[in-house]
Formats: sequence, C-alpha cells, structure tokens
Amino acid sequence: MVAADSEGPEDRSFRMYRRERSIPLRGSAAALSNNLSVLQLPASDLMHFGVVHGPSAQILSSAPGGMPLAQRQLQVKVGVGVSPPLITQVHWCVLPFRVLLVLTSHRRIQMYESDGSLMVYWHALDSGDASSAQTLFARGIAASVHFICVGTWSGRILVFDIPAKGTNIVLNEELAGHQTPITDIATERAQGQDGVADMVTADDSGVLCVWRSGTVFTLLTRIPGFGVPCPSVQLWQGMVAAGYGNGQVRLYDATTGALHVQISAHARTICALDLAPEVGKLLSAAEDTFVHIWKLSRNPESGSIEVEHCHGECVSDTQLCGARFCDPSGCSFAVTGYDLAEILRFSSV
Amino acid sequence: MSVRTLPLLFLNLGGEMLYVLDQRLRAQNIPGDKARKVLNDIISTMFNRKFMEELFKPQELYSKKALRTVYDRLAHASIMRLNQASMDKLYDLMTMAFKYQVLLCPRPKDVLLVTFNHLDSIKGFIQDSPTILHQVDETFRQLTEIYGNLSAGEFQMIRQTLLIFFQDLHIRVSTFLKDKVQNSNGRFVLPVSGPVPWGTEVPGVIRIFNDKGEEVKKTGFKHGGNYVAAQKEGAFELYGDRVLKLGTNMYSANRPVETHMSATSKNLASKTQENIAPNPLAKEELNFLARLMGGMEIKKTSGPEPGFRLNLFTTDEEEEHAALSRPEELSYEVINIQATQDQQRNEELARIMGEFEITEQPEITEQSTSKGDDLLAMMDRL
Repeated sequence: MVAADSEGPEDRSFRMYRRERSIPLRGSAAALSNNLSVLQLPASDLMHFGVVHGPSAQILSSAPGGMPLAQRQLQVKVGVGVSPPLITQVHWCVLPFRVLLVLTSHRRIQMYESDGSLMVYWHALDSGDASSAQTLFARGIAASVHFICVGTWSGRILVFDIPAKGTNIVLNEELAGHQTPITDIATERAQGQDGVADMVTADDSGVLCVWRSGTVFTLLTRIPGFGVPCPSVQLWQGMVAAGYGNGQVRLYDATTGALHVQISAHARTICALDLAPEVGKLLSAAEDTFVHIWKLSRNPESGSIEVEHCHGECVSDTQLCGARFCDPSGCSFAVTGYDLAEILRFSSV
Repeated sequence: MSVRTLPLLFLNLGGEMLYVLDQRLRAQNIPGDKARKVLNDIISTMFNRKFMEELFKPQELYSKKALRTVYDRLAHASIMRLNQASMDKLYDLMTMAFKYQVLLCPRPKDVLLVTFNHLDSIKGFIQDSPTILHQVDETFRQLTEIYGNLSAGEFQMIRQTLLIFFQDLHIRVSTFLKDKVQNSNGRFVLPVSGPVPWGTEVPGVIRIFNDKGEEVKKTGFKHGGNYVAAQKEGAFELYGDRVLKLGTNMYSANRPVETHMSATSKNLASKTQENIAPNPLAKEELNFLARLMGGMEIKKTSGPEPGFRLNLFTTDEEEEHAALSRPEELSYEVINIQATQDQQRNEELARIMGEFEITEQPEITEQSTSKGDDLLAMMDRL
C-alpha cells in the first residue's frame, strides 16, 4: 500500500517510490531496533543485507534486481548443551582499508570478514558490577576512522582499534558518558578534517553524546533525554537526527546541542533512522507501520536546520524493525518487519 | 533480553487460560459449583506464595516447551482433565491472545495494564474466596513494586523479549478472524487510526526552533494515518479504570472458539531455531521447571470428588480428529523424559524433584503427597 503526498499548494512533487521485488529471508526478523544493515560495494553491483532473526543472523547478497545470490547464517557459539544467546544487532563497518561485519549479542561481540565467512575477533562482555536483574549485552555498532565502536548494557562504549589487515584487534578505550544501555551509534567524517570523525551515541533514557574521535575520544556535547528511549540516531553535516520512543524525530546542532526541529513523525516508537549523505535525505521507520522520508538542509544565512517531508509509505500490518537506504543518493530503500520473512524494497520512479 | 519478563508472560497467559476454561465450562454445562471449584483450584495454585516467589526472581525466559509443561500442570490442578488435543488448543488460544495484546499495546508500559486487566478478571472468578483474593492482591502489590518504577527503556526491552518469544506464531483464531483483528494469513491487523499512546503527539506536525529555543515556525505534513489524541491514561493502582481493553475477557458462552491449523511453510525456520537446544531440555530449563513446580500444590483425583474431562472442541470426534491432524511443526513436543537415552539426566531430574518437599500446607489442600513422586508422575504422563 502506498500513501504518498498528495499534490497541494504546500507540497512539492518530490520523488515517488514504488515497491520492488522482495528478498526472501530464511527466518523472520526479530522485534529489535535497527534490524537491517546494508552494504553497498561500489566496485560491484552487489548489495549485502544483514538481518537478525533471534539466536541467529542472516547475511545475504543480492544482484541489482533483488535476486538473492548467496546467504549465510551466523550464530554465537558458547558451548555444548547451552542454547546460543540472542543477537541484538548485525552491522557492516566500512574502514579505510577493510570492511568488517560486526555482530553484537548477549555476552559477546564478534567480528567477521565482510562476507561473514571468517571470524577475526571476539570479545566477551565483562560483568563488572552488574546486578542479577541485568542482562549483559552489546548493542550499537559504528565505524569511526580506523576504530569500531560498540555500545554495551552499562552505557559504556568499547572502542576497538582495527589494523589494516589481520586479526590483531585491540580494545583501545572504554568511553563513559551514558548510564543506561546504549541503543545506537552513528558516525560521520568531521568536516574539513582528514582522519577525524564525529560520533553520536544514544541510550535507553534518550541521552545523546557527541564525540570527536582520535587516539582518545573526546566528549563534545551532551544532549539530555526527556524520559523516552532513543532507539536510533544519525549524524550529517553537523546535525544530529534522533528518533524516539514516542514517535518524535528531533534534529539538533551537533556542536551546541541546541534543538532546531521537532517532528511528530510517528504514532509509535521509531525503530530505525538512516541517511542518504549525498543529498541529505533522512529515512524514519517505526512500529506504527510507516516509513517517512525527509529532506534535511541548512539555511545558508541563519545556519539553522530545516526539514521537508518528501514521502510516506505504509507497510500494512507490519511492525517495522529496520530500514536503510540502498544507495548514497537515497533513490532506493529497504525495510524489515517483525515476523516478516522478507526484506521489502522500494525504489524511486 | 530482559530478566523481568517471565512474571508478565506467566500471569497473562494464565489469565487467558482461565478465560477459555471458564467459557468451556459454561458451554459444556458443567454444574456451577464444580466449575467454580476448578477455577478456584487453578487460581490458588497459580498465586501460591512460594510459586510466585520463584516466578518473580530475575531470570531469562525459557523455551515454549518448558513453559507449556508448567501450564499442563496448572490445568490439571483440580478435578478437571484435558486430553492432549484440547490442551494443545488451549495453549494455542492463550499464546495467540497474549501475542495480540502485546503487539497492540500502545506503549510498552501498557503491558502492565493488560496484566492488571487479567488480574481484575481473575478476582471476579474468586469473589467468594477471601484467602485466594488476598493472594491475588499480594501479587498486585509485587507487580507494582517491581514494575512500577521501571523506565520506558526497560519496558521496551520487556516488549521486545515477549515478541521474540512469540515470533513466527500465526495460528488463526476464529474470534480474531470474525472481529477482523487477524487476517486470513494469521497476521494481526495493526490499525493506523484511533488514539495515539499516552505521551505521544498526533503525527503530522513539524516545529522549528531558533537558537534561544523559542518555537518560530510550525508546519504540517501528511502522515497517512488517521490518529486522534489520547483521552486519558489508564490507572496503575490496585483499583481503577484501566482504559485499555486489551486483556479483558473476550469470550462469552455463545461464541465457540476455533483455531485453524494451517500453518505457513515459513515456520520451518523457527522449528530449526527450537531444535538448537537438544531434547531433553537443557539443564537450566530442568532446574527452572523443578524450582517453579516445587512451589505448586497439586491435588490428586482420588476421594469422593469425581473428575471430569473438559473438551475444548464441540464434539469428541472433533477432538480426536484435531489430535490426528495437527501439523508437525505446530507440535509442542511436550517433554517425554522416559524416552531419553540419557540415563544420567533422568536421575538428575529425579534428584532435583526429590529435593522439593512440601514445607507449608495451604488450608485448602485435602491430601498431601510427596512432591517428588507427584512431579515424576506428571513427567511420566507427558
């Protein structure tokens, strides 16, 4: 079902999207946030998708038409006679010299070569001062220059130093800035600076932290929460885009932390945000079955952030759990839904 | 993922079980006093203090297999008996109903209101038993103590944990199909109209702020849904208007409840998932069962009170047919401890069961049996 913008005096006709062929999955998608990762390899036409089913995650590659080519299932092995722990997220990290596939779960973080064929590193989560009423898990994955940052249940962020090749991955630093479980991490190369990236981290209480990467990460800004979780966050040209549990999308200035835009975007919790960096398009998907596409921009005079609604899509009777653009200019996107054993694809007409 | 999920899962599934049993007892014209006794016995077993103590300990959710074993036991806490096919159907109805309620909860926190709705109705079934009423109120208090201060983030995690438990279950329930809350493919209808959750704004508004934090512009966009503002928040106190209807009794004596057994082929993947843990149950699940059932007081059917069999279907033939035609992938594979090759595991279970002796006798128990024997006997029958 398509619910696009109607032509009216306020609306301008932006690109419209149509449904493309779905990609079947071996197992349905789990009701997690950010439950879709997409890797576009510029060299080939292939697209890789990663979806968490529960105790397993599925990695598959497809040709441009959506034809599935190869697929692989990943699990966390923890011993004989014990059921594998639940996976919380699977995500590709594009680093300067390599691409790694990171899998976070209860008790563990695992990193693989980009096709999932070989595990290159694993890290067991430290129980530290956890009480019995807390489960240990990792969640939130992003690449920052030559680091991979992973969030944990305690709010701490683990920063791993990744060599150009090989398995000599080292835990470099642990960032403190959050007191509740991390939900999502997003990064972007710092403007005008090589080898430096900015990073925004979000947690279950809605707190956002903006960092500058380096051998030591520095906390630049802290944006307070307001009582609802922030399941998904993005960073683009100094703007932080955050999706919240009450359906709001908020845009903040990353340097000052000031709130510039507040959108009552959805009627249920947002499960995923994604960005098409070439054009500044933002994708929001929520448990209310809707996907919305927004165009972000900065007013050249005032420097304030502006946003326009481009497109809305209703995926009937499906509680969405993941959404990604499939190309940097936002011409196509894909979504996953709870209990749905396929990846739905849309591309612009 | 959340270690606080089990009490909510257990109480809500238990509530749904009571709704179905109550409806079938009336439909089968079981005499009022017998029916009341059955419900009283089950409810008092469910809310037994020792049992509740075990239930409320922070722990992970166990498999559907393990949980089904507990409900089998619970359903037989009285003079009523159920055949395998009827027990299967009962469990189908319970799980699909609660899955529906969790999915449609406006806020993750509203699952607590759903639980309170179930407890309110349960209190309706036992109005003339002050002892059991007190037990239920005590559970209310415990729920409020543990869940009253949980954050929105923790409730979201509980919700996700519940949904993972219910993943890939698409059994069609006739009441749901008739009411158009479930599609013919087994998926629930998610409406895009009606009131938004308490604390959420009606979608469609974009607010722009200046650097001083003042709102300088407000525009609208076409959301695509048809939502209205929420009127009021449900009450989380012992008594009050819950506002939410999810979790209230949807069965009445006149509505026969059928389930349709055509599962989709996509269940294959979930079957693989279930089979990762080898049969018999993993050790931690055996321990969990032993602990939980150690708190259950179960009666035997000997004595002047004759037992009776409840049928979830309209005729005996239907029940028999359902037993024969249940699709493989929907079998609950209730554990048959005897069938296992692993002698050591059997001995271990016997030892675990033997450790749980009755330490206190609630006033209503007529006969006391050694808990170890009782549990082993139950296991033998599975």
